[in-house]
Amino acid sequence: MPGPYSANAFTLAPASPQAAAISRLFVGTLIFLGVVLALVTLLVLYAIIRYRDRPGAPEPRQNFGSRRLETIWTVVPILLLIVLTAFMAYAMHTGDPAAAVDDPDLRIVAHQWWWEIYYPKSGVIAANEIHIPVGHSLSVELRSADVIHDFWVPQLARKIDIVPGHPNYLRLQADHPGTYLGACAEFCGTEHAWMRFQVIAQPPDKFAEWLRAQKAAPAAPTSPEAIQGAQIFADRTCANCHRVSHTVASASIGPDLTHVAGRRMLAAGALENTPANLGAWLHDPDEFKPGSHMPNLQLSKNDLNALVAYLETLK
Amino acid sequence: MKEAAIPDALEGESFAVEAREGWLSWVASVDHKQVGIMYLLGAFFFFIVGGILALLMRVQLAVPDNRFVTPEIYNQLFTMHGTTMVFLVLVPLLIGFSTYLVPLMIGARDMAFPRLNALSFWVQIFGGVMLYFSFATGGVNGGAPAAGWFSYAPLSEKAFSFSRGVDYWALGLLAIGVGTLGAAINIVATAICLRAPGMTIRRLPLFVWMTLVNAWLIVLVMPILNAALVMLLIDRQLNAYFFRPAMGGSALLWQHVFWAFGHPEVYIMILPAFGIISEVVPVFSGKPIYGYEFVAASTVAIAFLSLAVWAHHMFAVGLGHTFDMFFAVCSMAIAVPTGVKIFNWTATMYQGRLRFTTSMMFALGFLLMFTIGGLSGVAFAVVPVDWQMTDSYFVVAHIHYVLFGGTVFALFSGVYYWFPKISGRMLSEYLGKWHFWLTMVGFNLTFMIQHVLGMLGMPRRVFTYPALPGWEAMNLLSTVGAFLLAFSVLIFMINLAISLRTGEAAGDNPWDAWTLEWATTSPPAAENFPLGVPPVHGRRPLWDLAHPDRTDEMLMKLAG
Repeated sequence: MPGPYSANAFTLAPASPQAAAISRLFVGTLIFLGVVLALVTLLVLYAIIRYRDRPGAPEPRQNFGSRRLETIWTVVPILLLIVLTAFMAYAMHTGDPAAAVDDPDLRIVAHQWWWEIYYPKSGVIAANEIHIPVGHSLSVELRSADVIHDFWVPQLARKIDIVPGHPNYLRLQADHPGTYLGACAEFCGTEHAWMRFQVIAQPPDKFAEWLRAQKAAPAAPTSPEAIQGAQIFADRTCANCHRVSHTVASASIGPDLTHVAGRRMLAAGALENTPANLGAWLHDPDEFKPGSHMPNLQLSKNDLNALVAYLETLK
Repeated sequence: MKEAAIPDALEGESFAVEAREGWLSWVASVDHKQVGIMYLLGAFFFFIVGGILALLMRVQLAVPDNRFVTPEIYNQLFTMHGTTMVFLVLVPLLIGFSTYLVPLMIGARDMAFPRLNALSFWVQIFGGVMLYFSFATGGVNGGAPAAGWFSYAPLSEKAFSFSRGVDYWALGLLAIGVGTLGAAINIVATAICLRAPGMTIRRLPLFVWMTLVNAWLIVLVMPILNAALVMLLIDRQLNAYFFRPAMGGSALLWQHVFWAFGHPEVYIMILPAFGIISEVVPVFSGKPIYGYEFVAASTVAIAFLSLAVWAHHMFAVGLGHTFDMFFAVCSMAIAVPTGVKIFNWTATMYQGRLRFTTSMMFALGFLLMFTIGGLSGVAFAVVPVDWQMTDSYFVVAHIHYVLFGGTVFALFSGVYYWFPKISGRMLSEYLGKWHFWLTMVGFNLTFMIQHVLGMLGMPRRVFTYPALPGWEAMNLLSTVGAFLLAFSVLIFMINLAISLRTGEAAGDNPWDAWTLEWATTSPPAAENFPLGVPPVHGRRPLWDLAHPDRTDEMLMKLAG
């Protein structure tokens, strides 16, 4: 599929110093373990071929063991594991550098089943898409609004649980511009599968531009349909859960929608963000994400079209 | 050396030989052989049920964006699959073998507490039925548990799992836990108190050794689970907040108590399997086990270490590098005694005369598959690797290489090995070979590929997934493998059914084996050894009987 899935989540294609350190250790570990596996397999296969029962073979010598061999295959693995532990300690240090606890660049709040993204230094709030400037190491604070979730962007950073009552901290960085796929990795209830997100790394100037645009109020709707949609948004229950900055809608139960039309995906990865998909989603959320907390508002065809027209103005 | 005698008190009671007919002769039985067989049959039944749950999951995952089942149902499927396979299949199968074999192997007439034995079994079955009853609870609060087999709080709390499923899960596991605990206490008492004259601890068959260590481990950790379950129930039913962070409780407390039980549980599911392999490999190699003391002692080492590794399930939790490091080193240390076992089993085959019976082939399959699972386990002890691969399909592959490639292969090996003793008839080797090869291919097709899926970033426990590059084809292949695996189990069942009726008569000792269970008839008489237990002067009493000029004692003296 083109578009949203041209990016990947391959752990061995790292795009940050942290992920690279982990990836190197992973590859090294796999090679080491592969050699051990090959050795054991060869020993077993040799025994199978060489010592299979042949007609007229004599009774085997009754051999009870050898202390020397036991010592060898106890001590040698210990030494190898000590070496592995040293590499591990090094990679822990480089793969998960200490993150600032105060004054984070990003605060991520995991909800059942979507991601709330704060930029505390600029006051911007987004959802399910994390824009970051390339080459900058950001300190991230992770909090949960309900159950345990897990923040996992395989190409950028270690996986880290998001535990209610136990904030976690992480450094997030991308070396190259691009889209990096992330997902919740700790089972968190019905729609765990559709708790995906994307990290979009941009050159610093592009990122600054994006941040400015996000901070700005969305242009007021102009077409009659969109104006009607804005009215529906405020009157019906939408505004009880969602926020659109500079309007009466200021709740934070569901994702912030201030610039929803600019996002790539809907419903934390369940749908590509097109006007048609947005309409279908509003018509029946359970069709695409059964169990999600987004209610079916039983909108009339007219209201639905008006609402879509309005939301599409929130670029 | 002090030798244990059979306590006189047991002589007066008659346990098994009451004349009952039909099903009552089973349901009311306190004979360890009948209870053992019921354990095996009950667990095999749940194995089929748990396997069907797995097939439904694989159908759902065969293609991306599939709508074969709803997410609610899918989450119930994997929760019940995991819970069933751990608590109602693997542990009871191993206990079933232990219950059947330990008294025979040590020359005893029955378990130390025959009535406790039957009680343990029935309580465990009751727990299983209670767990599955959750499927039958209807209405808005109905349905099976859907919080995963380790039911992480606060997801498992009432606020997030308001169906009664988790309550059934906790109550069912409590009953199963009590049953398992009873069985373990019984095994410890039996192996310590009821050994035949001459059967010293240093002469115990390795299967008994590992079962004994395993039973100790159950006694040590099962109460931790039961305490945790009671805490969870108090939270859910009486509105307490042990595990509710919003009310001042701790979500991590659940993880600590659960895994303090849960990781030793993994070894509880593998140690008796090691015991089966330690019996099968020597017999079909025509040689005694290589390094008996080391195989036995490494079991004790594994059991001790297993109590200090639980937090390697929690490396992603963010508890700090020092904390992670401690548990990483302990976890890696377990690889050493485990490696000792692998090397000793392999060395046992060297210069032997290998007979490739189906039992031996499953043992060899175990050796290779378990090594893969053990080594990917070492990868998970390497903290940064765990940071990437935990909770992905890589860990799904890992647990299945350990528990299927390890335990289930060993169990099949044990079934082919002891079926003649249990039933008096041989299983078909022809169907057995088909069973083995289909299992080998189906198993590896299903799970090898899941390592790659994990590396490609697929999280576990997702009811569906986007069509990311590679995910589609690999998931489909994995589903094909799962059905092949299911087909191999079907062949095994056909083999059981046919061989039970028409299998070749086994005789007392069809494999030329050396431990005491082969000294009696197949199937053994109600009192196990009506003609008396053969004298025990070494680890292989039947070898000593057959070679009075070259007993183990003499051979070991010669070897120095």
